[in-house]
Amino acid sequence: MTGLRHLLSAADLDRPTAVTVLDTAAQMAATQSREIKKLPTLRGRTVVNLFFEDSTRTRISFEAAAKRLSADVINFSAKGSSVSKGESLKDTALTLQAMGADAVVIRHHASGAPHRLAHAGWVDAAVVNAGDGTHQHPTQALLDAFTLRRHLAGDADNADGVGRDLTGRHVAIVGDVLHSRVARSNVQLLTTLGARVTLVAPPTLVPVGVEAWPCAVSYDLDGVIADQQPDAVMMLRVQRERMGGADGGGSRTTSFFPSPLEYTRTFGLDARRLRMLPDHAIVMHPGPMNRGLEISADAADSERAVIVEQVANGVAVRMAVLYLLLAGEREAWS
Amino acid sequence: MTTYLLRGAAPLGGDATDVLLADGHVAAMGADARAEGDTVEVDAAGLVLLPGLVDLHTHLREPGREDAETVASGTRAAAAGGFTAVHAMANTSPVADTAGVVEQVWRLGRDAGWVDVFPVGAVSVGLAGSQLAELGAMAHSAARVRVFSDDGHCVHDPVLMRRALEYVKAFDGVIAQHAQEPRLTVGAQMHEGVVSAEVGLAGWPAVAEEAIIARDVLLAEHVGSRLHICHLSTAGSVEIVRWAKARGIAVTAEVTPHHLLLTDELARTYDPLYKVNPPLRTAEDVEALRGALEDGTIDVVATDHAPHTREDKDCEWAAAAFGMTGLETALPIVISTMVQTGRMTWADVARVLSTAPARIGRVDSGPAAQGRPIAVGEPANLTLVDPAARWSVEPRELLSASTNTPYGGRELSGRVVATFLRGRATVLDGAPVEHAEVAR
Repeated sequence: MTGLRHLLSAADLDRPTAVTVLDTAAQMAATQSREIKKLPTLRGRTVVNLFFEDSTRTRISFEAAAKRLSADVINFSAKGSSVSKGESLKDTALTLQAMGADAVVIRHHASGAPHRLAHAGWVDAAVVNAGDGTHQHPTQALLDAFTLRRHLAGDADNADGVGRDLTGRHVAIVGDVLHSRVARSNVQLLTTLGARVTLVAPPTLVPVGVEAWPCAVSYDLDGVIADQQPDAVMMLRVQRERMGGADGGGSRTTSFFPSPLEYTRTFGLDARRLRMLPDHAIVMHPGPMNRGLEISADAADSERAVIVEQVANGVAVRMAVLYLLLAGEREAWS
Repeated sequence: MTTYLLRGAAPLGGDATDVLLADGHVAAMGADARAEGDTVEVDAAGLVLLPGLVDLHTHLREPGREDAETVASGTRAAAAGGFTAVHAMANTSPVADTAGVVEQVWRLGRDAGWVDVFPVGAVSVGLAGSQLAELGAMAHSAARVRVFSDDGHCVHDPVLMRRALEYVKAFDGVIAQHAQEPRLTVGAQMHEGVVSAEVGLAGWPAVAEEAIIARDVLLAEHVGSRLHICHLSTAGSVEIVRWAKARGIAVTAEVTPHHLLLTDELARTYDPLYKVNPPLRTAEDVEALRGALEDGTIDVVATDHAPHTREDKDCEWAAAAFGMTGLETALPIVISTMVQTGRMTWADVARVLSTAPARIGRVDSGPAAQGRPIAVGEPANLTLVDPAARWSVEPRELLSASTNTPYGGRELSGRVVATFLRGRATVLDGAPVEHAEVAR
């Protein structure tokens, strides 16, 4: 067993625990090819999807995961927050507590909101961070690690690489690192699993303080691809609001790079860069993609792109996380 | 009026002596200090006697946010913390930008009677940073304002800052700048560095403070005015102020107790009790601030006491208000960070918490003077401290109307035993003396 109470950050996972989660996900994935996909494991348990921020794909992924484990699922779309004079996080939490939630899957625009939910004494439920501000998105990192392991550490006898980690593999994560919870989570989890990570971004999109992270930083995508031949390239979404103009609140924002065209030329994954990658390398993207900005259609639709598979693996990984947090030692699928 | 005989007190930690307080003044010291008919004797053996503390930076929240603090509750907390005077910041609602509002705050303070309340006037109308407030009217009001600040906001327009610095020369005023370049701190939540990068809270770069201080010391030099820097928080700011003082520029600076002790590592808890403006910085900055306070580059310790209601702190970090309470913990923090570490003497404590802030605020002369020496004939504004007492901070037991102290559960050294405002005990035996008990 993992001994985990909550999953708030990829940093909560040491290597054995992370491998256990991935191995459990592999077992979950195996059940998903059966005709009857549903398991009785979490029958009678209640999982609340508490989403303060729109994310249809993450919510339905958690919803599918919980339902396939037979849990009761409540979707709570709590748009607004104490900032906008809606109900406070605390009152929402107390409401869920009164309803008897066993797990709360929370997506929030404020970094640390899941941490507050887990540690402020408002709820007893297990808390799963489904993305908080610019902090963490640990299940995204787990599904990325699951996908990487399958392609880079799997073989004919062990397609999912069960029991293995990512020792010796090299992953380049490219794009808006500064605002990316996906990048933070992956740097921690992939290095925990033994991989080497290189962040590639314009200097304006790399956080001050990155020197303490267990990874390399480069401003040269062509150089990283040509000289280091990474085993995988993970492209990050570039948010429109990083490009300048009005930020919706009426105040000025200053763009982080001169133009979308210059960004694409310098940091986009196009057909030319795709050809420079080693033959076994895979292309990843957490979605949703900006085709033509950080990734071209050639790259997104190429045979080495595993972007759709990442989505499928997301359900298996989230089943594994809910199972390990809620089901304890009980066997799920005998 | 009750007379008090302090038996065996140690003025500024020196040799023990008896001190007689009568008719609002220090009437006698040493062998001349003798009990008369109804004199109340206070056993002060082992206690250090300091001049009454003067805070240059307090938020009393009244008018407008009486749910967080009132003049009465805040000044009662101040007295318990050993203060005999506080400067009340102008970011109230309505803003203290007219003679009417500063006189209101001044009268509320006088009626409460716990400490002298010196209102700070806003620099700009509504703290909006565009038009000078009526600085002269506030200076010549009953509140006699000498310190002007848009605290909470930076006077970021260099022309407005220049005009303000020049204008207050007419009445020996000072501009207290909240140094925060606004464009560099849009949405900023915590110190920008290793911790912010990891926890994903928007960074507040040190340069946003330092750039404004650098600009303003040069402006102060150019126009020959007095400038005071509020809550200095970075090692770089220390270097700039040190340079400016060496150059002869009339700049003074303050540091808060929390910036002498706490670091940005606390943001890892996401507990908004540690969310403050300016943000908690690194251990290297804390060390630089202590060094600067020791060598006199930083002139005063000011609390930046910033009470907030529970709903403004019981939430996610980004939604929470900036600020922490400090009046009742300031002296113990200074004792543990500066005295017990051997960096400062009790005379230094008196300088940074009483004499210097009173001098900067121009409240150190006249019959109601603050920050005066402990000597016969001086106003009896005094604080008795037990330096050996250790106590554990229980937020609900503090007297501030708000509980947002960052020190809950911590054990602190040094406790205020008694406070005297012009010879009248506001605190005795560590507890506030309610007005009904006071012979006025």
